[in-house]
Amino acid sequence: MTIEVIKPGLATTVQDAGRPGYYNIGIPLSGALDQYALRVANLLVGNEEGAAVLEATLLAPELVFRAPAVVAIAGAEATPKINGEERPRNESFAVKADDHLTFDFMKSGARSYIAVAGGIDVPVLLGSRSLYGLGALGGFSGRKLAAGDVLLVGRPRGGARAGLALPADLTPIYPRSLELRVVTGLYFHRLTDESAETFFEDTWTVAPEADRIGYRYRKGRPLSFRDRKQPFGAGSDPSNIVDAGYPYGSIQVPGGLEPIVLHRDAVSGGGYAMIGTVISADMDRVAQMQPNNLARFVDVDMATALKARAEYKARETRLRSALAA
Amino acid sequence: MSGIRYSFGADEHIFAEINEEMSLEAFFKGMAICKELETRRISGVSEVCPSNASYLVRFDPDVIHPDKMLRTLQEIEAQVGEAEIELPTRIVEMPVLYNDPWTRETGARFRERHQDPNSTDIEYAARINGYKSVDDFIAAHSGAPWFVTMVGFVAGLPWLYQIVERSKQIEVPKYLRPRTDTPKLTIGHGGCFIAIYSVRGAGGYQMLGITPAPIYDPQQRLSYFKDFLAVFQPGDIVKFRSVSREEYDRDVEAVAAGTFNLTFRPVTFSLKSFHADPGGYSRHLAEVLNDH
Repeated sequence: MTIEVIKPGLATTVQDAGRPGYYNIGIPLSGALDQYALRVANLLVGNEEGAAVLEATLLAPELVFRAPAVVAIAGAEATPKINGEERPRNESFAVKADDHLTFDFMKSGARSYIAVAGGIDVPVLLGSRSLYGLGALGGFSGRKLAAGDVLLVGRPRGGARAGLALPADLTPIYPRSLELRVVTGLYFHRLTDESAETFFEDTWTVAPEADRIGYRYRKGRPLSFRDRKQPFGAGSDPSNIVDAGYPYGSIQVPGGLEPIVLHRDAVSGGGYAMIGTVISADMDRVAQMQPNNLARFVDVDMATALKARAEYKARETRLRSALAA
Repeated sequence: MSGIRYSFGADEHIFAEINEEMSLEAFFKGMAICKELETRRISGVSEVCPSNASYLVRFDPDVIHPDKMLRTLQEIEAQVGEAEIELPTRIVEMPVLYNDPWTRETGARFRERHQDPNSTDIEYAARINGYKSVDDFIAAHSGAPWFVTMVGFVAGLPWLYQIVERSKQIEVPKYLRPRTDTPKLTIGHGGCFIAIYSVRGAGGYQMLGITPAPIYDPQQRLSYFKDFLAVFQPGDIVKFRSVSREEYDRDVEAVAAGTFNLTFRPVTFSLKSFHADPGGYSRHLAEVLNDH
């Protein structure tokens, strides 16, 4: 079974559950930016929940299936079409040989996940099929998809059937304006008292250059860092620190201007002060933000972060039982 | 050295700042703690990343509660203490074509982002560090070896800190605004650190030269990539050797032919011996490269 890429879309890549364990040499986690949508798409077609899928960004690809298959689309609100006819989102459907898959534009959300029973079959590198673009590692030939690429699909586990649907109460929505919960810390103390407040007061707009490495936000008031004699090795700007490791979800503000929330293709370290970290339960929601969507950052404590994580995990458990084969 | 400052990176990370300032002491302490943490193979810990004067741990709070993770790190801090550092590691010599035409050309394209648009990066770095000539600067840069004190930013990119006393550290500011391009294998310098750009891409470090030696290759084509696709680990020691254009070109051809190699020699670094005689100890380290 193969899939041929007719139009690649804006940035379509092979992603799975990710590649932990190599951050210490600069190879980030990678994997589907919206991990919940990855699980939905895979479970709908009877795959392992972390199997490799296609992640489409903002402008989805046009694909041709060269053999019959069971397919499911999850994530962004973009209506899939087979040979021009609408198909449901968040519900598995069958395709025949030479069927064309296209998408309407993404009304909400920024990333669609295309799962095929059997999973996308590219080589496993360091334990994952995910593309890490900056390192030209993994995925399809170490890069995003291009027109004419032919993707192999693995052998289905069996049990895949069309018409399996995600229950409404497990279907996420992607608002144009949302709150992202942040645990402050790291180098938050480097901000002036005023900036420590305005960061949370202002509404921030997703910049066009937001990508898998990091989400950049703008249009809030610039942030100032406390003046000091810079420590040896830190660099001259007050937003600089001695280069250090960056947590996933950590927020840096180079020059005080535009906060960047690092995501799963993060640069693993550098010399910009991080002022806090978006909680793990909200990282999927970051992944589905379109340029010009709005965010407010909300200061929460560890107990709130852990409670939100527990709720996220509980929803995953309900998802697994709802879509159990 | 006072105690480590710990901070949670939300629910999945602990960031530990050994010291605000860069120093070999802070680096070694972070390395020692990370090594002990790795040895303990604690369930739920997925990433242990030493970096310059700090380290970062990623963990699954469903497996190990953040408070317990923190207590574990504090316990390791107490155990490691201020012990004399002897680090068994390895040293490698890397050829560098300083003041090369490719980084010069790239620098020329981004001159308006530089502190001194009228000179090249290496002229500027030499001047502000008080060297009479670019050649003197190169002699200092390639004289004493460097520690790999962090690997990251992008895959396989080493950050290095020169093994000389504080007063002899070469320091340069980063570009005023980062470039959108840096040639692959550029030797960049920012703050007191070198970065060897493992892939082509954006960057803000002053560009001093270029090495013919690949340091990251997902295809693992040269023999020294046999075990892994990235060459460097924190703790490695690197000695740069200034080479001519002819030698550089020969090395590039050898890379293309698949015959190029880097040779790592075992060496033990002693912080005490270094402090007793920094210059002599640096020379002693470099001699390991000639002993074989």
